[in-house]
Amino acid sequence: MKKFIMIATVFTLMTGVLTGCSGNAGSFTDKSTANETTKSSQTIATDGSTSMEKVIGFLSEAYMEEHGNIKVTYNPTGSSSGIQAVAEGRCDIGLASRDLKEDETADLQGTVVAIDGIGIIVNPDNPATDLTIDQIGKIYSGEITNWKEVGGSDAPIVCIGREAASGTRDGFEEVTGTKDKCKYSQELTSTGDVVQTVSGNPNAIGYASVASVGDTVKMVSVEGVSPTTESIQDGKYKVQRNFVLVTKKDTALSKAAQEFFDFATSEQADSLITEAGAVPVKR
Amino acid sequence: MEKIKKTARWMERAMNLLFLVCGLLTILFVVLITIFLLISGIPAIRDIGLGDFLFGKVWASTSAKPSYGILPFILASVYGTLGAILIGVPIGLLCAIFLAKMSPKKVSSAVRNVVDLLAGIPSVVYGLVGMIIIVPCVREIFHLPDGANLFSAILVLAVMILPSIISVSETAIGAVPKEYEEASLALGATKTETVFKVVVPAAKSGIVTAVVLGIGRAVGEAMAVMMVAGNVANMPKLFGSVRFLTTAVASEMSYSSGLQRQALFSIALVLFLFIMAINLILNVVIKKKV
Repeated sequence: MKKFIMIATVFTLMTGVLTGCSGNAGSFTDKSTANETTKSSQTIATDGSTSMEKVIGFLSEAYMEEHGNIKVTYNPTGSSSGIQAVAEGRCDIGLASRDLKEDETADLQGTVVAIDGIGIIVNPDNPATDLTIDQIGKIYSGEITNWKEVGGSDAPIVCIGREAASGTRDGFEEVTGTKDKCKYSQELTSTGDVVQTVSGNPNAIGYASVASVGDTVKMVSVEGVSPTTESIQDGKYKVQRNFVLVTKKDTALSKAAQEFFDFATSEQADSLITEAGAVPVKR
Repeated sequence: MEKIKKTARWMERAMNLLFLVCGLLTILFVVLITIFLLISGIPAIRDIGLGDFLFGKVWASTSAKPSYGILPFILASVYGTLGAILIGVPIGLLCAIFLAKMSPKKVSSAVRNVVDLLAGIPSVVYGLVGMIIIVPCVREIFHLPDGANLFSAILVLAVMILPSIISVSETAIGAVPKEYEEASLALGATKTETVFKVVVPAAKSGIVTAVVLGIGRAVGEAMAVMMVAGNVANMPKLFGSVRFLTTAVASEMSYSSGLQRQALFSIALVLFLFIMAINLILNVVIKKKV
């Protein structure tokens, strides 16, 4: 009996690994995951941006508490993968930490659920307190290489960034107009790494979700505006991006998913979104 | 009696079968992985072109005009490994000699335990220590703007390969017949001369094995390197941020799609071929006993 259980576990694990790995590579596994999601309508599958983990976690937890029979799942794959997943019907709601691109809006509908401010962080010892978007862009594209040019001490600037597929990097490069032009000194794979590195290097500059910035680093104001709820909400703080729920235009959501969607975009969700460190949409 | 014998025989056969299945399973895994890597790695290479892929100097997988050249990764891996060997082998070898020939028994066993412990430390811990201690130190000592570079990675790798180098070469040195040593000492050679002119040459094949194992470990390491090397796809410079073959796969895999994803499989294939080559060399060395 024990043996049987062992073998059964191994097999389940193996199938899990197989479906997990080839999430968007093999077409045959795509089909099987699609079946899984449609089979039980009481599961709401979300898929996408890793930056939205906290927001979606808070929302789904609160929602599941109210509706005991419904399960909200979250698959952190990245914005583009999430959009692809909802387009292919592999999940109910896609999560994107960027606005939809033109070719994506043909079949898909994006609804802003929250706004994320991207904080520009420097070491606490750094005397620089304010940068303009233009300066940030020039720093990251390598035109400005010394802190004294932007109000700091005479020291080289070390640009810390995220890996190529990061939603935060995408948002940051979009706002600062540095797409594909950034000369990074380090490309790290998580927000925590960026904060850690900047806190350890007096010459470093980095970017991270305002929510995840602790007090080990200093956030500078951008064009005189420091990132606060109000300044992010009314758009005065420029380095920000939208958290978007992506749905299909021509297919209606399942009843449970629609309810969750309404809940997430309602005023009710505002406090949860704030708790999760993002900024709710202005109503 | 007869019955017991029968059961025993049956049991024996069943166990034999079990062992056979386990053995075959291992082979199956290797074969499956090889086939999988070949199937998923070759299409991208064909798309990109072998020359552009292996010798292209620019990796920009997500830019508007993607470019998939992995020469920076290959060179970073090669330089990183060479550097680690350059630092790690002398330290490891001398430590092994110390353990096998010089130190008192008690000290030996204590040091051996510490070395085993070193082998058991997870690579993410090496990475963390490197990130928090080595990277800032390298920055301070060499007056660099940033300490996350090839050199830091080499330091971390050098420590990581120590355990395998020490334990394998210690075993090899320990296996040299006592008579060699005694003969050398009797001829008037000092202990140091004996060790370096008699014992080490006699244990050459074991030491080479140790080095090759170290190379294997260094080439395959991803986590620790990812945390200290900076991960920017530059052509490698000693004090510049670099990305290794392993980290190239690890840092982009979770988000990739399309040709980018296939290209990552191709990188994995290249890495796999590297490791295969290293194993092949190892086999030759062991068989020949140099």
